[in-house]
Amino acid sequence: MSDPSLLREQRRERMFFLSLAAPAIILVGVAAMVPILWILRQSFLTLAGEATLGNYEKILSSGLTWSSLVVTLELSLSTLALCMVLGIPLALALASASRRVANLALILIMLPLWTSILVRTYGWLVLLRKDGLVNTTLASLGLTDQPLPLVYNFTGALIGMTHYMLPLFVLPVYAAMRDIDGNLVRAAASLGAGFWRCVATIILRLAFSGIASGSMIVFIYTLGFFITPAVLGGGKVNPIAIRIERTLSTFQDWGSASALGMLLLIMVLIAGCMFFAIRRLSGERIRHA
Amino acid sequence: MSPASLPISITDLRKSYGNYVALDDVTLDIAAGEFLTLLGPSGSGKTTLLMALAGFVRPERGALLVGGRDVTRLPPNKRDIGVVFQNYALFPHMSVWENVEYPLRLRGVPKAQARERAEAALRRMELSGFGARDIAALSGGQRQRVALARAIVFEPRVMLMDEPLSALDKNLREQMQFEIRKLHDDLGVTTIYVTHDQREALTMSDRIAVMNAGRIQHIDAPQEIYRRPKNRFVANFMGEANIFPVATLQGLGAGRLPREDLAMIRAENFELDPASLGDDRVEVTGRLVSKAFRGENWLLNLETVDGHQLMLSMTANRAAACGDFKIGDELRAYASSTHVHVLEEARTQ
Repeated sequence: MSDPSLLREQRRERMFFLSLAAPAIILVGVAAMVPILWILRQSFLTLAGEATLGNYEKILSSGLTWSSLVVTLELSLSTLALCMVLGIPLALALASASRRVANLALILIMLPLWTSILVRTYGWLVLLRKDGLVNTTLASLGLTDQPLPLVYNFTGALIGMTHYMLPLFVLPVYAAMRDIDGNLVRAAASLGAGFWRCVATIILRLAFSGIASGSMIVFIYTLGFFITPAVLGGGKVNPIAIRIERTLSTFQDWGSASALGMLLLIMVLIAGCMFFAIRRLSGERIRHA
Repeated sequence: MSPASLPISITDLRKSYGNYVALDDVTLDIAAGEFLTLLGPSGSGKTTLLMALAGFVRPERGALLVGGRDVTRLPPNKRDIGVVFQNYALFPHMSVWENVEYPLRLRGVPKAQARERAEAALRRMELSGFGARDIAALSGGQRQRVALARAIVFEPRVMLMDEPLSALDKNLREQMQFEIRKLHDDLGVTTIYVTHDQREALTMSDRIAVMNAGRIQHIDAPQEIYRRPKNRFVANFMGEANIFPVATLQGLGAGRLPREDLAMIRAENFELDPASLGDDRVEVTGRLVSKAFRGENWLLNLETVDGHQLMLSMTANRAAACGDFKIGDELRAYASSTHVHVLEEARTQ
């Protein structure tokens, strides 16, 4: 590989592939960066178009902003926790199943992703409301005296969001677990580790980067969730995305809405950096042993 | 570190996957402190048998006794058996120390004491000073030693090894064969070793069990199994074997053998010069089909008049003339009667 003529060829190939990617890079640049820059600019302007820091002062001094930030974090962290509790055992089961069974199960898990989020959210509404399928079933079984408050609250939003995020969490975790050499698990057993010890000391450690990836997807994705909390939260659960929409639709306050948007963007960037740092720190040792 | 070793008794062990019988009622007794090798081609059942002993394969029937205790249904983590895997199976997220301490920590050995014992095991494997390293930073041979250290550190009384040297290059492999045997002799632990390499089996073992099609074809000491294999499969698997009807042979020695039997003569037991042999010898004539110089020996392939193939191995310093032979030459090969082994299988037919 040290041959200079080969290196030059390699560089030329790389340039060629880069040029193939150019349309996508330009599209992403225009379609994502331009609006973000526009919002950034907007957040520093008054309604009359003069430069100001007033928008940020306004949102940061408002109790509504802080309460919506708290709700946002609560929703994202609860969704992540539920995804872990439900998703890690599921991924473990898939990874230890035969390839055929696992592929079939994966298709079933992915199936919800093929339907619109709006359709699914209203589907949950039908299931969870007072006279919905869940409550009528529980009542007819005599398990509950009165309908459980499953929707138009935090619980409803959490159920809907977890349902949406679970497949996206399971995929990277499953991929990481499937790649674990079966002999490592057998070696741990032969050395005296029972099932739980083996899961804790070997499987979860080796699947850590997959779990971190899945967690990052869930957490960052849910920070900006709008439709699910809007429909299933019944106006009582107002994360930052809903706050932004209200600010625009009710007050037509583009400046404050843009400042809130930048706040959300900063939260996403901080969360992203944290996850990458965690992955980096834990992944150092594992590199292809 | 000298744990008492235990005998192993395997009775009528059976395992099948659908129509494929991996273990066909295997019965085998291994003495305490013995080094036994399971030798066979892939798919012969040798690895299945080892995995059943380790507890990873559930046999359909039969019994496994370790030191008189029935472990057939015991989960692998309760068996206290040291296992060395083909690809070492070292934990990539742990350092060398953490790998070797792992079985001790599971047994509740305090941290400091575990470190001490791990270090002693590493020292035995000549890996002092490697404890803090990552597994990724080790060479294949070093990983092999860490795997051995981890398997012996908790003083198991039985060791199982599944082709532990197959990933190493030839020189290192031959060196490790002696080291593993020495480790066994020092610890005195009952060892079952799986390999498909007959030379490795001959080098290391007290006894060899040759397996094929889920059965033990022949079990005996290395010299015995090489010189007097029970059947054609064992004869061919253990080395270059020439197998043909006794009727093909001439000479004084051939007269005493029943003519319908099958005779086996190892390639290296032929001579081209009868002077070095006594009168009690056999002879066979054939045409030279091909020849090859292989450094320490010449290989000569002959075909007899009745169509049997014959392979002769002549040590190079004994066969200076081999270079002058031409394809098509008629050669006469001799072997001492003591080197003619009659296969049992022909008699039973």
